[in-house]
Amino acid sequence: MNSKGVVVIEAAQLNQYADISAVEDKPIIRYQKVSKSFGDLKVLRDIDLDIAPGEVVAVIGSSGSGKTTLARMLMTLEQPTSGVIMVDGEPLWHKEVNGELVPADEKHIRRVRSKIGMVFQQFNLFPHMTILRNVTEAPIHVLGISRAEAKEKAIAMLNKVGLGNKLDVFPAQLSGGQQQRVAIARALVMRPKVMLCDEVTSALDPELVGEVLEVLKEIAAEGETTMLLITHEMGFARDVADRIIFIDKGRIVEQGPPRAILGNPRNPRTCEFLSRFRQQWISKN
Amino acid sequence: MQLTVFSSTLAFILAFIVGFGRLSKYRPIRTISAIYVEFFRGTSLLVQLFWAYFVLPHFGLELSAMQAGVIVLGLNYGAYASEVVRSSILAVPKSQTEAGIALNMSPTQIMLRVILPQAFLTMLPPFGNLLIELLKGTALVSLITLGDLMFMGAQLRITTLRTVEVFSLVLIIYFIIAYPLILGVRGLESKFSKGRA
Ligand SMILES: Nc1ncnc2c1ncn2[C@@H]1O[C@H](COP(=O)(O)OP(=O)(O)O)[C@@H](O)[C@H]1O
Ligand SMILES: [Mg+2]
Repeated sequence: MNSKGVVVIEAAQLNQYADISAVEDKPIIRYQKVSKSFGDLKVLRDIDLDIAPGEVVAVIGSSGSGKTTLARMLMTLEQPTSGVIMVDGEPLWHKEVNGELVPADEKHIRRVRSKIGMVFQQFNLFPHMTILRNVTEAPIHVLGISRAEAKEKAIAMLNKVGLGNKLDVFPAQLSGGQQQRVAIARALVMRPKVMLCDEVTSALDPELVGEVLEVLKEIAAEGETTMLLITHEMGFARDVADRIIFIDKGRIVEQGPPRAILGNPRNPRTCEFLSRFRQQWISKN
Repeated sequence: MQLTVFSSTLAFILAFIVGFGRLSKYRPIRTISAIYVEFFRGTSLLVQLFWAYFVLPHFGLELSAMQAGVIVLGLNYGAYASEVVRSSILAVPKSQTEAGIALNMSPTQIMLRVILPQAFLTMLPPFGNLLIELLKGTALVSLITLGDLMFMGAQLRITTLRTVEVFSLVLIIYFIIAYPLILGVRGLESKFSKGRA
């Protein structure tokens, strides 16, 4: 352990994993024995997870199982307690120095992080900016593209999510569903290779859920962006995901194609979660 | 009036330097900022003024009443205003910083483009109150022989002996100066709160 509490891992050890993956498609995201604790609370335990480029992965599991933390570590909002996260072949939180992985500096993290984008449960739009500025701010100041070009791209993206007519409006004047679609446009306009969506419809009134899921389905169908979708919308997960991952108490308990996981779960915990979920769904509708 | 302008400018600048200082990741900077704030908030303005004007000369630092007034008012209200800056920045939800990180903004960009514009809105009303306090505080400076309103009032009273009228007039003049300030602050508030519910 070094001063920052990150376990230093031999690069040779890392290469073992790399060899296995060389057989298949090179993963764009790789969690290697990633654990996360908050104080004494172990939230994630030894997570190993590969995600292929363009893959759409849905993460399901009961509240408090560690789904959000899994995504937040990839967005660098939370630092892993141990383990390594690789993005596009590079460690996210570490840097290789003399064959050892040491904690990375801000510059390295920013460079690797540029490949990741995230949409939050509570939208987190910038309330003091118009919709257009919400979407042009990062392209102009982070990517350094010209105002005119940023505006053009932002308008195209806002049109895509059906909000091209709301450019000069402030977030507070929009419905939750509209705000979330702006947040999706704001993330997409940065052209991330990987999009993280953390329960993006959970804060919405039921009648607004559909419009947001439609937009995500469209992006998933284009197949350009790798997606990690944390969701409680099982129908949505079944329709868009290539793979569903079930997390229970900080571990990946079961994963596979949607039909296998939803239709024929093997693990008793998965069965229990899904049946509890169905009952809730039936009583709600 | 000059006194108000200069000392409030000084206070404003100090407020941001010290407000950020208290949020610094470096402990010594945090400590120094905190000591400054506690010192100027913990002692009275009048004592500070007298000290600057009558005591500092003994240490070889001769200040005019105007200079002493600007510096002491600036330092004193800067301390109060820095607390406003600090708490307003802390009041912006952490999720805003996280949204900035998710867009790969640098810490400086997040502060200048996301946090400060929102914090500034929260700062305006207390800043306005402090400015009015400061304006009233200028009367104290006259106690150290600056030709300010209260002082001239007091002189007038001595020469004319019409206490009630003279001090009523002083009060009204203060109000006339303070009221546009209040209106100005309100105007700024509504400008910056555009788009907020
Ligand atoms: N910043 C934090 N500090 C302490 N505990 C946290 C923090 N964030 C999450 N937790 C805890 O970690 C556990 C997993 O949380 P989370 O990843 O949000 O789960 P999920 O998204 O599956 O509901 C919960 O018990 C939660 O209370
Ligand atoms: Mg969650």
